[in-house]
Amino acid sequence: MTSPRGGRTGRILIPYAMLAPGIVLFVLFMAAPILYTLVLSFQKTQVEGLGLGSGARKTVFAGLENYAAALDPEFLASVGRVLLYGLILVPAMLLLALLFALLLDSRRSRATTFSRVTIFLPYAVPAVISSLLWGFLYLPAVSPAYWIFERLGWDAPRILSNDLVIFAIANIALWGGVGFNMIVMYTSLRAVPTEIYEAARLDGATETQIALRIKVPIIAPAVVMTALFSMVATLQVFAEPTTLRPLSNSLSTTWTPLMKVYRDAFTRDDLGSAAASSVVIALATFLLSFLFLRIVQRRAFGQED
Amino acid sequence: MTAATAVRTRAARRASSRADRDRPSIVATAVLLLGAVYCLIPVLWVLTASTKDGGELFSTFTFAPSTHLGDNIAELTAYRDGLFWRWMLNTALYAGVGAALSTYVSALSGYVLAKFSFPGKSVVFRVLLMGVLVPGVILAIPQYLLFAQFGLTNTYWSVLLPQIISPYGIYLARIYAAASVPTDVVEAARTEGAGELFAFHRVALPMMAPGLVTIFLFQFVAIWNNFMLPYIMLGDDNLFPLTVGLHGLLNQGATVPALYTLVITGALLSILPLIAVFLLLQRYWRVDLAAGAVKA
Repeated sequence: MTSPRGGRTGRILIPYAMLAPGIVLFVLFMAAPILYTLVLSFQKTQVEGLGLGSGARKTVFAGLENYAAALDPEFLASVGRVLLYGLILVPAMLLLALLFALLLDSRRSRATTFSRVTIFLPYAVPAVISSLLWGFLYLPAVSPAYWIFERLGWDAPRILSNDLVIFAIANIALWGGVGFNMIVMYTSLRAVPTEIYEAARLDGATETQIALRIKVPIIAPAVVMTALFSMVATLQVFAEPTTLRPLSNSLSTTWTPLMKVYRDAFTRDDLGSAAASSVVIALATFLLSFLFLRIVQRRAFGQED
Repeated sequence: MTAATAVRTRAARRASSRADRDRPSIVATAVLLLGAVYCLIPVLWVLTASTKDGGELFSTFTFAPSTHLGDNIAELTAYRDGLFWRWMLNTALYAGVGAALSTYVSALSGYVLAKFSFPGKSVVFRVLLMGVLVPGVILAIPQYLLFAQFGLTNTYWSVLLPQIISPYGIYLARIYAAASVPTDVVEAARTEGAGELFAFHRVALPMMAPGLVTIFLFQFVAIWNNFMLPYIMLGDDNLFPLTVGLHGLLNQGATVPALYTLVITGALLSILPLIAVFLLLQRYWRVDLAAGAVKA
């Protein structure tokens, strides 16, 4: 590792100067907004008299009032929905991604390049557009599934109904995310030297046994990482249900926690409550992320120190 | 052993066990192809749906194409004097310029963190790493509130600036710099009297280039995919990126179904260039965070 040379004292400042753009942007657009939200979450606006004229509205310390208000039944219901959504989505996505990654890595699969590129492709489609595409495919008048059910004379379940809309949204996220997670796992499978498998083959292990007993344990850190990223992403779900709303009556404005934050901030003008909910969501995210750091830190983050 | 002999011995070993180990498995291939079909269905749908007129959309079979693609594109172009194409340009600006700036800042910061030692380095790195764990979405509302304080909401800046900083990009750039820029090369440049910025631009940056492509792609997709930030920041639809614009059109479509054809044609036109770029560049996608986790 290089150390700054003596001679000119200015040299000592060089790394700081070169880091300055990154640090300034980080402080302005990440640290400051976070601090500002914290401050807001402890404030409320008090209106005096009729609320007219300057000085009639002032900001006062609210203590935990906003937090108490934020944790209302609507918020808890949205948290419950998102937990159920995550319970449906995350295991399905990871199992499928793992299955595809193992199949791509297997010597017995064919058409692997085509499959790999095609399954990864939806990652390039933004959530709004994939929700739009799937949203139409869910409409009875458009859906090929309804067409088939109709021909067969069966009653088709309405995927955008109250009970099923959660699966409809999970499917959109699955479509968009499975390929990315597959690539993460596949990349780590490719990093394993193939010699490891030779011994097992000589001992007569089948490809399936090698996949389950050797490959899966070796790429466990990558699986853990994708699991935590997926869980964190689940807490943030916003674009998919927001886009589907015009197509379905089953989605309220507070269907997910972030949708409620949006509503509080922009349609109710209740910034304190929105800020408090944001802090709660961020804390939950941090709890999950902390777990991620603990598990992967030593393996991934200490490489060149 | 040279690379050539390594390849040859590996090929020989492969060939010897090929007999029964490498028999193609119909089941394995079929499962992969099923996955591929699942991923293609919405793309095939938007391809056929955008060739239908408003009536056919809800009356003909889902995947039966029609002949109105040209009309639909013309209609979309005519919609409010080409507003759609303006969204396209905005998207290119937000994602293209944003990702380029972001990649540069990430490369510079990652390089410094990998190749310099200075007091406070590990603190800086740790704080940045915590930033990796703060998803952009959660920041959108606080960023809006802060921009509103300075009267900067509803401008190009409000969407462009917050997305330049990418802790994940810096983290990746640090790995690339550590792995691909030898310290003695940097030393040599310094001995010859090159300034630090010159050494970074002329020596380190070219060596990091393949990794920087990956960072650029990641940032490009992240910005292009970030819906909440522009959705909150922008009120003027001349500034919208495609996602917010199409979302708005879909919303209006609930009352004016004629707009549905426009939404669908717009969706097709917006994903086509991206899919093309994606197919061209897909071999650059190397998810090194995972690779690093295994190797160490």
